[in-house]
Amino acid sequence: MISNAFSYHTPETLEEALAMLEDGGGKILAGGMSLIPLMKLRLASPESVVDLRRIPGLKAITEEGGAVRIGAMATHHEIEISPVIRGKCPLLGEAASAIGDIQVRNMGTIGGSVAHADPAADYPAALVALEARIRLRSANGERTVEASEFFVDAFTTAMEAGEIVVAIEVKEEEASEGFKYEKVAHPASGFPVVGVAVRVKKSGAGIAMARIGVTGMGPHAFRARNAEALLEGGAGAAAAAAVVGEGEETNSDLYASGEYRRHLARVHAGRAIAAALTRAL
Amino acid sequence: MATTITKPETLFGKRVRRQEDPRLITGTALYLDDLKMPGMHHACVVRSPHAAAKIRGIDTSAARALPGVAAIFTGADVTGLGAVPCAASIPGLRVPHHHLLAQDRVYYVGHPVAVVVGTDRYIARDAAELVEVDYEPTAAVADPEKALAAGAPAVHPEWPDNVAFNFHQEGGDTEEAFRQADVVVRQRITSQRLIPTSIETRGVIAEWRAGERSLTLHSSTQIPHLLRTLVAGILGMPENLLRVITPEVGGGFGSKLNVYAEEALMAYIAMKINKPVKWVESRRENFQATIHGRGHVDYFELAALRDGTILGLKLKLIQDLGAYHQLLTPVIPTLSVLMMPGLYRFKNVNADVVGVFTNCVPTDAYRGAGRPEATHGIERMVDMLAQELKMDPAEIRLKNFVHADEFPYGTATGLTYDSGDYAKPLHKAMAEAGYEQLRREQAAARAEGRLVGIGLSTYGEICALGPSIALPAGGWESATVKVEPSGKVTVLTGASPHGQGEETTFAQIVADELGVPMDDVLVVHGDTAVVQYGIGTFGSRGTAVGGSALYYALQDLKAKMKKFGAMMLGTEQVNFSGGYCVDEATGKSVTFAEMAVAAYHAKKLPANTEPGLVATHFWEPPNFTFPFGAHLVVTEVDRETGAIEIKRYVCVDDIGRIINPLIVDGQVHGGVAQGLGQALWEQAVYDESGQLVSGELTDYALPRASRMPWIESSHTETPSPVNPLGVKGVGEAGTIGCSPAVVNSVVDALSPLGVRHIDMPLTPEKIWKLIEGARA
Ligand SMILES: Cc1cc2nc3c(=O)[nH]c(=O)nc-3n(C[C@H](O)[C@H](O)[C@H](O)COP(=O)(O)OP(=O)(O)OC[C@H]3O[C@@H](n4cnc5c(N)ncnc54)[C@H](O)[C@@H]3O)c2cc1C
Repeated sequence: MISNAFSYHTPETLEEALAMLEDGGGKILAGGMSLIPLMKLRLASPESVVDLRRIPGLKAITEEGGAVRIGAMATHHEIEISPVIRGKCPLLGEAASAIGDIQVRNMGTIGGSVAHADPAADYPAALVALEARIRLRSANGERTVEASEFFVDAFTTAMEAGEIVVAIEVKEEEASEGFKYEKVAHPASGFPVVGVAVRVKKSGAGIAMARIGVTGMGPHAFRARNAEALLEGGAGAAAAAAVVGEGEETNSDLYASGEYRRHLARVHAGRAIAAALTRAL
Repeated sequence: MATTITKPETLFGKRVRRQEDPRLITGTALYLDDLKMPGMHHACVVRSPHAAAKIRGIDTSAARALPGVAAIFTGADVTGLGAVPCAASIPGLRVPHHHLLAQDRVYYVGHPVAVVVGTDRYIARDAAELVEVDYEPTAAVADPEKALAAGAPAVHPEWPDNVAFNFHQEGGDTEEAFRQADVVVRQRITSQRLIPTSIETRGVIAEWRAGERSLTLHSSTQIPHLLRTLVAGILGMPENLLRVITPEVGGGFGSKLNVYAEEALMAYIAMKINKPVKWVESRRENFQATIHGRGHVDYFELAALRDGTILGLKLKLIQDLGAYHQLLTPVIPTLSVLMMPGLYRFKNVNADVVGVFTNCVPTDAYRGAGRPEATHGIERMVDMLAQELKMDPAEIRLKNFVHADEFPYGTATGLTYDSGDYAKPLHKAMAEAGYEQLRREQAAARAEGRLVGIGLSTYGEICALGPSIALPAGGWESATVKVEPSGKVTVLTGASPHGQGEETTFAQIVADELGVPMDDVLVVHGDTAVVQYGIGTFGSRGTAVGGSALYYALQDLKAKMKKFGAMMLGTEQVNFSGGYCVDEATGKSVTFAEMAVAAYHAKKLPANTEPGLVATHFWEPPNFTFPFGAHLVVTEVDRETGAIEIKRYVCVDDIGRIINPLIVDGQVHGGVAQGLGQALWEQAVYDESGQLVSGELTDYALPRASRMPWIESSHTETPSPVNPLGVKGVGEAGTIGCSPAVVNSVVDALSPLGVRHIDMPLTPEKIWKLIEGARA
């Protein structure tokens, strides 16, 4: 890596880290899987890099009172193999296991992923479907933001300057729920061209609850509320999948146009709904 | 002296593990970037961000002011040096003067404009960003067909038509063939630009010894000796004062079969600053400034009788050359033309090539070099003809193959195919795949509305490049074999293997011929101060040409050892076998080591015999070799998404005799991977303004291990009569055979929808649009 020169800090507490970030010239370093490539290409040239790895407690994955709390520094791999995640919010684990390769999953963190807000990141689809909340800390204290409000645009979040993601909070999925994360991997980057996360709860022959999160299709992840409503209203999977992404902006690149991405989101929403239904009790 | 001798098993044909692998897989091998020299400086190249621009001025003052910056060089510093060489000799070829650094204009994104040298690579990079180049952007053209259109921007203002050359070749009477034809199929077929993407990028260290006036150039290259000759020429220095060393080379695929500006620049800079200087290319630079491959737009017409007999072929080939000629740039499409008849008997070919300048990095040899394009074209056209005539694609091929009893076979393009039995691998592939059964399964799948395809390609290729008449710098190869006084054997090969495994296959040849253990054999290559002159490794020539040179050197050496053996046994007639010389009359023998000692201690010499045991052979091949084979691919297309699944990949490659099946497997797998890359994923894309859009590995989709199908690889073995080993070459076979088989398979899958042709890469979106189009 031939980056610009930068100073490197390893704070031992969050307070220390916040103080180091105060002047605005610093960047947080978590797993480095997004920041370092940017620095290598000199697309990011921070004056200082504040590494959160030495701060105790930021990695923990815990469960209390029906809610799971995932520390920002938990790696994708820790999330993918966590018994808590597997038991209480398996959709998130399924998304984590779809990220990159094992080297990336061993380094990259959930806090880094949500803060970076790559429009093609895997987690956001699951997080919006799980109605997760992002817990932020700043010198002024803590606040939480709903995942569906957090991802504002490509590489843009609801975070204010000087805020650190400290945790992700997720309500337990009910044991009877079915879930599925479907990903179409980009052949070059491995990121999703589209990723669709689905949760469903059956009631008799119908569907009592449906949540559909979509990533990769547009500048930020979104909940396909129109499709959720159709499913809950008994319209059937095909009809619901057919409206996913309606009215949403799309991304395009060499590999896939916006039109094709929207089409893929629909096809894979249909498949994810079907798979989730077979898992629902 | 031993009296009973057991002849060891021969190693020819054995799956011997690669001698080079332990150091490669334990990370102890030394690549260019692992090398460090005392006082070494680092260079960073300032490159053009524009596809076309005038340079109004360059301000280096801010860069120079940065502490640690040792020197900065711009175009003005190198006007007195020679140009980046092009070895092609096509009549009328327009050759732009390819300065080491841009002069008053830049012609492509990545064009070197200046070099900054600093005490470390960070300083060099920082300073490079401080070099201010005042560009006046001008209109660019990145598409070869657009470059040919009237009014297109001129890449080189002196040649407003953007034509670098026209080349015509014909054989037979194509007009008459087309008059006789019942059917003519026509198609425009592209072979997209590809980025060779060796895992190790290019890199150079130049070390000047002022006292000796000698220069050592370490470079990640496929051609150390040619590099030495040509860089010496650029610098105007005596060739014997320049030494080229190739460390471990992490892949080349043709992209390092070249002489690049940076190689000469680093040599020049080391002399100027009197310090060793290192330059290692970044991945982005590799994409922008190392040659690309392919870049064809081909217009084919194939004429045939109603019974499927092919009569003739017409081709208009548009080659995207890029902005300059690198070493072989204009030669590559002429290789395509040679290969146009494929494995078929028709004798009428008419080809026109136009080489076109574009504001892109030059194209040049990339695995297959001209032959994949040709094979893709002819194999697609034959399939289209079969579709048109409602014939089975296997049947039409069998009908048109050159017959096994017609070799050596003279082609319409003037080649003489050495040996072959083209039906054999096709029959074998069909048997292994269960062709009849597959067709029945396909019919059943179609009845269910599924899109299942079966695709064939029966490819031929030109290997073992080649007779010297066909190669600018000569097509022979050299080998020296030395038996050391201790009986160990050292081979010096002029071929410069870089991953192909010749350290192992050559040791196998030596072990068999001399009867020594393989572990006693060291194969040395890639150092011009150690190895006699050689041509290098490319064009599937390493073993077929370099191995043959070795074989003949070994015969000379054996003859000499027999003289020593006879003298030591006090007889006239001895047999050399299994590492011993044996007097058959008495059963007495001397060992290999005893003969080695005798030859060096030289207390007594056979008549007319010099001391020592060294033999050198420079071997000139009388012809190319012509491998062939059949690839059969079963695919299924997802109707909803257009995604392609490869369900079977069966290939039967006839590459002549096989020395090491394990290494051959590796070559076939790697070749097929790169063929799949072209067929399905890879594309170097420049936008209208000449920006390289596929500029990083995040956009440029290489084949990955996880996406590879299971390759069912097997062989038929038709020895080549061209060389004593009977080998043909396997480096490029997989790549050449693959892409048409994949595309034929997917077109077959989509044929119920009326699809006739799809250009590569077969991205799912492209397929989806075809499916949607058929539905509409
Ligand atoms: C080869 C490769 C393949 C990949 N494939 C995928 C994939 O398939 N799917 C996918 O989703 N991702 C993929 N990624 C990205 C990967 O998931 C990253 O780990 C993730 O995007 C960022 O997490 P990180 O911990 O590495 O963050 P870093 O790179 O350290 O930081 C990223 C950004 O977030 C900021 N940041 C980090 N932590 C915090 C925090 N706690 N609070 C506030 N700001 C913070 C940093 O300042 C920086 O701006 C891939 C990456 C690579 C290198």
